Amino acid sequence: MRLVLRDITKRFGSVVANDRISLTVEPGEIHCLLGENGAGKSTLMNVLYGLYHADEGEIEIDGEVRRFVGPGDAMAAGIGMVHQHFMLIPVFTVAENVMLGNESTTGPLGRLDLESARERVTEISERFGFHVNPDALVEDLPVGVQQRVEIIKALSRDAELLVFDEPTAVLTPQETDELMGIMRQLKESGKAIVFITHKLREVREVADRITVIRLGKVVGEAEPTATNAELASMMVGRPVELVVDKGEGSFGDDALVVDNLRVIDQTGHVHVDGLSFTIRAGEVLAVAGVQGNGQTELTEALMGLQDHVTGSIKLNGKELVGRSTRKVLDADVGFIPEDRQVDGLVGEFTIAENLMLNRSFEMPFVRHGGLRIGTLREFAEDKLAEYDVRARDIDTLAGNLSGGNQQKVVVARELSRDLDLLVAAQPTRGVDVGSIEFIHKQIVATRDAGVPVLLVSTELDEVVALADRIMVLYRGRIVGIVPADTPREKLGLMMTGERPKDVVA
Amino acid sequence: MNDTTTTEQEPTPPPAEEVEQPSEAHSLLYRIAAGDALAGVLAVFLAFLVGSVMIAATDETVRETAGYIAARPSDFFQAVWDAVSGAYAAMFRGAIYNTRVDDFQTAIRPLTETLKYAAPLILAGLGVGVGFRAALFNIGGRGQMLLAGAAAGWVGFALDLPAVIHLPLAILAGLIAGGLWGGIAGLLKARTGAHEVIVTIMLNYVAYYLVLYALSRDFLLQAPGSNNPQSLPMKQSAILPKVLGDRYNLHLGIILALVAVAAVWWLLNRSALGYRIRAVGGNPHAARAAGINVGRTYTTVFFIAGALVGLAGVNQVLGTVTSGVTTDLDAGIGFDAITVALLGRSRPLGILFAGLLFGGFKAGGFTMQTSENISVDLVLVVQSLIVLFLAAPPLVRAIFRLPNKEVA
Repeated sequence: MRLVLRDITKRFGSVVANDRISLTVEPGEIHCLLGENGAGKSTLMNVLYGLYHADEGEIEIDGEVRRFVGPGDAMAAGIGMVHQHFMLIPVFTVAENVMLGNESTTGPLGRLDLESARERVTEISERFGFHVNPDALVEDLPVGVQQRVEIIKALSRDAELLVFDEPTAVLTPQETDELMGIMRQLKESGKAIVFITHKLREVREVADRITVIRLGKVVGEAEPTATNAELASMMVGRPVELVVDKGEGSFGDDALVVDNLRVIDQTGHVHVDGLSFTIRAGEVLAVAGVQGNGQTELTEALMGLQDHVTGSIKLNGKELVGRSTRKVLDADVGFIPEDRQVDGLVGEFTIAENLMLNRSFEMPFVRHGGLRIGTLREFAEDKLAEYDVRARDIDTLAGNLSGGNQQKVVVARELSRDLDLLVAAQPTRGVDVGSIEFIHKQIVATRDAGVPVLLVSTELDEVVALADRIMVLYRGRIVGIVPADTPREKLGLMMTGERPKDVVA
Repeated sequence: MNDTTTTEQEPTPPPAEEVEQPSEAHSLLYRIAAGDALAGVLAVFLAFLVGSVMIAATDETVRETAGYIAARPSDFFQAVWDAVSGAYAAMFRGAIYNTRVDDFQTAIRPLTETLKYAAPLILAGLGVGVGFRAALFNIGGRGQMLLAGAAAGWVGFALDLPAVIHLPLAILAGLIAGGLWGGIAGLLKARTGAHEVIVTIMLNYVAYYLVLYALSRDFLLQAPGSNNPQSLPMKQSAILPKVLGDRYNLHLGIILALVAVAAVWWLLNRSALGYRIRAVGGNPHAARAAGINVGRTYTTVFFIAGALVGLAGVNQVLGTVTSGVTTDLDAGIGFDAITVALLGRSRPLGILFAGLLFGGFKAGGFTMQTSENISVDLVLVVQSLIVLFLAAPPLVRAIFRLPNKEVA
């Protein structure tokens, strides 16, 4: 299928999300759509998939102009979408999920024709070497396999063009490699592929053509041979430093000592299972692992946000287990939560108000129960400049900021106190390249100031760039704690739970 | 880099996709509460417009002239105009200034009546509005008013004290009773996660029967020697004094309401507690991660809300109807307060104006009925329409062709 998008423009109120974007995707090619978060990639694809209607421009498929009123039309036209968040029903089998929305029935009573769906799954699975059992329950499958179910779903509807929307965000490095293989295979069988991402390495690995989008506009095309730095500067619009400039650390005594930490949820499920580790003053301990292996619960236990915690967390000799979140914060612990929208910011608050979120009890922003608005505003003005938050002013609502600027507000708030420990969970998730660079510098500066840092990240690049030591978690347990220069392959292997022979837990 | 053109508003898909809200009801509440003043004004305007249609449709002359509209359309439109303008003119005479009397002091009397009706609506509206700011839906206004009224009333008729002590004590008793009754709902939500809507609705019944029981026992509230569920009248020393002399019914309640508006404004906008209330209302997850005790905030908010609504009950018992405590003392104010808070967008000043408007409805509705023979129910319909239009911002936007604000 040959797809041509011509001058697609999509506005949301006064915001132009797509500004006359034109794009051609040929059959048998992997076309990468590269851009920062909020650049308008997903909006464009939602227009293509019939979820939004373009204000201007047209969609042409094999030389014919089409209008899609809903995803049904797009699917019928041979467009398949693999969403970032899977659209699967966990308690259904693979075959049931694949037939969903396209159920064929037999007999007068309309019995579900599950058999043909199973055959279809098996057939597609064999053709592309997916190794998917049609009778497995989706909830029992690893994330990478669930993603293949999504792909099968699209293929079973005879999709000729597949859109992958940030498909690697949830995958392990190994699963990512496998996905790349699958994409190449699909391409060889003549499918057209649109691959949306902001990860440069992946782009250069599989793309045949690259279109870079910034602020809703196509800023240019690039060859897969372009360097990371070239691609990054196209994305951001200025030269970007991709390597974190981090000197030798000077480590002090053990500052954070965690001993046999266990976190259990209300249903009795063990999320963190007997973790013991230490972080020295001035050291970054990076926690690597695929999402959902206990990292969230570990950071929440540190912050007093989990209810059933046993074991011990000692910060400079003081026990943190059993303290309320407020008491933990009072012990000078800074916390960058993994999801700023949920745990980091109040969207309806202004930037200034958000900057005092964890200091609403005492000085400097509160005296005798009243807010000291002047002090807060002055502080906010300073931080806005210091942390390079791009906003009209300090009265801008946090919810109206881009992801990167929101994160800078969180980082500014947490780092503007005297810290004894920094807990940074996914500090650059969904953040544009320019802001990533800035936030990384801040974390390194914190470490260089002698503060112990616990960094949690599912991005191996980030872990490797910032860590002094790396702790790999799998199913709530430590697979191993290894030096920062451990090869990626080895780390990737450890993230699947396998412990190399030379690694001691 | 192009710093100069870069603003915070990068093109992003509609926020609904990214911002995860705790619940749909919560976000709806917040949207209504945070909607702009224009939406409120437009909602009121639309409600009046629809109200006009109803007035016209139910008017005898209009129906008669409609029979020969093709022959003499001017008759029909004249009749519509007469009916609608007559009704709203009557409402104006009943609510603000009676143009049919010459004596200024009599002519201005409707305005004082409006203020009298507005006072409890403002107080209770503040109570509901504070809840909204914490994303809590306080439907327990009736119960909180009943208990507060009963407590204030008991102090008012049972104790013998000089006025300087008696009146403040009675007010305080009502305030605390309302606060505690509201606090129960907050505590249950904080401790057990019980939904405050269910709890407050149920507590309304509990409060009603509790007060009814007390009104049937003469060692509690019932007037001795009486069979009616009514207490003794208030002692003079506990009655809210008239502020404009005996010529008008307007009593100190309106001053109480104005003070409460200022106090709640300070609480929400200038105090640390109010900041935490808004933080919890805006995003309970982030508030919790920032060390704010969300459960305790819920309890506190419901205490404050109950106390404010309780003041509305006090206003009734010690000011408007001083003949004694009954189970009717809430007079529907507990529920009207929800509308007032919504229309006032949960802002103290907004609630002040919304309360005044609704006070005017009450005062004017009666005149409309007596002089134009239009049912008072029309006022209820207009009030309900206001809520309807407030709750359906896309509808209002579509009618007035406003840009889609949620995305921009």
